[in-house]
Amino acid sequence: MHPALSVIVFTTVSGLGYGLAAVLGLGALDAAAWPTRVAHVLALAAISTGLLSSTLHLGNPQRAWRAFSQWRSSWLSREGVLAVATFLPLTASAWMSVIEGRYLPLWGLLGTAGSVATVFSTAMIYTSLRSVQAWHTPLTVAGYLSFAAAGGLLLATVAAYAAGSDMAPRLALAGIVALAAAWAFKGAWWRRQRRMAPISTPESATGLGAIGRVRLHERPHANENYLTREMGFKVARKHADKLERLALASGGVAPVLLLAAATFAGGGLAIALALLAVPFHAIGVLAERWLFFATARHAVMNYYGR
Amino acid sequence: MTSLPAYPSAKRLGLVIDLDVCVGCHACAVSCKEWNTGGYGNALSDQDPYGPDVSGAWLNRIHTFEVVPDGGQVVGEASDARIVHFPKSCLHCEDAPCVTVCPTGASHKRAEDGIVLVDEDKCIGCGLCAWACPYGAREMDVAAGVMKKCTLCIDRIYNETIAEVDRVPSCVRTCPANARHFGDFGDPASAVSTMVAERGGIDLMPEQGTRPVNKYLPPRPRRPLADSAPKAAAVDVSGVTGFFAWLDGVLERI
Repeated sequence: MHPALSVIVFTTVSGLGYGLAAVLGLGALDAAAWPTRVAHVLALAAISTGLLSSTLHLGNPQRAWRAFSQWRSSWLSREGVLAVATFLPLTASAWMSVIEGRYLPLWGLLGTAGSVATVFSTAMIYTSLRSVQAWHTPLTVAGYLSFAAAGGLLLATVAAYAAGSDMAPRLALAGIVALAAAWAFKGAWWRRQRRMAPISTPESATGLGAIGRVRLHERPHANENYLTREMGFKVARKHADKLERLALASGGVAPVLLLAAATFAGGGLAIALALLAVPFHAIGVLAERWLFFATARHAVMNYYGR
Repeated sequence: MTSLPAYPSAKRLGLVIDLDVCVGCHACAVSCKEWNTGGYGNALSDQDPYGPDVSGAWLNRIHTFEVVPDGGQVVGEASDARIVHFPKSCLHCEDAPCVTVCPTGASHKRAEDGIVLVDEDKCIGCGLCAWACPYGAREMDVAAGVMKKCTLCIDRIYNETIAEVDRVPSCVRTCPANARHFGDFGDPASAVSTMVAERGGIDLMPEQGTRPVNKYLPPRPRRPLADSAPKAAAVDVSGVTGFFAWLDGVLERI
């Protein structure tokens, strides 16, 4: 599948934002501390940036409001509805923290639930597509949710160390667990992708399997078309192994080591170490998201010999 | 509404494509493009139409496949391989995944005749329906920013201002080999239903669970190439001696 930059940035940045918002909603941080206030603003900014960037690939973005109408059947519509609905408790929580320095459990927990539900819907958009077999597994949902949680806990750890909170080492530990879970799910996802037998083949796509082996002899056209540009991306499959290892090293191993070091260091050094883990993690997740799209093979490519 | 109508609907309009007959001339694709660029919805735009990187939205494309039987050889003219021309357009699936994923309600399946359509005034051009379709039946019109697909020539088949013989999809009307047929699969006595029953019409990618309405008729069986080769009658020369035995040996060797 074509790895559209807008969609990769959207899922990565909004995942971090919703993860952070979900952790803040649990009230683990002192609502009056300045790093918590910054974190609230940061979470809202990340979510808004992500949502805006997701409208960049639309052919007619001025009609995007129509996407709130089909929540009964479409996960994309559900995502839109949940994203907008979740803004209410998140903005209320941010207001209470930034302006009044207070934490309201009801709004906080509603925000956490909304954040989880929105990331779940994002993942279900991809999981529900049978035409892209690599995505059509509950592991996709597990990956999206655990990466959001890991990113959120990582950012919350930075805020906790900056606030000098007692919660910081515990958040760091939770972050390490979430990172391990996320990359374990991703490892399983990659193994499944590599080992799965394709459910659709050129034989089933043409119905000619009863006669014999089917091979594309002549394409319908000489040049690329919308389908081959959108779904015929295969450069990534060549270097997938290397990129997977780089993603794991940057997004998983490095942040785990830095968080572990932070718990031992404490004080100002801990803030720096936890903060350093953030860009490492973000780069790893961007690489993972790029692979998620770029290595996935669409069933229509059975007609195009790719 | 992007929820699917209850099925099977009484009327299920669609196409039968005969892979035994199709000669791969691409006339159906061209006439489809011509009719639909001036018909339902936005024009079917092309990008860089006269340049080296021409591309555009087509609702019907013709692929050509080589099929080799098990153990068959692919050697020049003596090959067991056969060429099958394969026109592909929207199959108007009963469980159309392109419809249920649509966030805006633009993509819908009509309850009255089963045609899958895009309401282009509602389409935001997100492209998710094209991702959901395993057949590549939907293509984005880059100029209009909306999704295009086969309408089964909805502006022909119900059009009482044109001659009755023309009230079929443009591809069917054009096909010079009569490889394409239009009709109602909901009626077991219709010509298309009969053809499918007699020739063993097949669904494409049944494992995708889409329940396509359009059916493909497989190519008729072909005799192995070896059966057609002239068989030289074996001549029995045992018992020949002397000069002629020597001559037989020499002629065998050269």
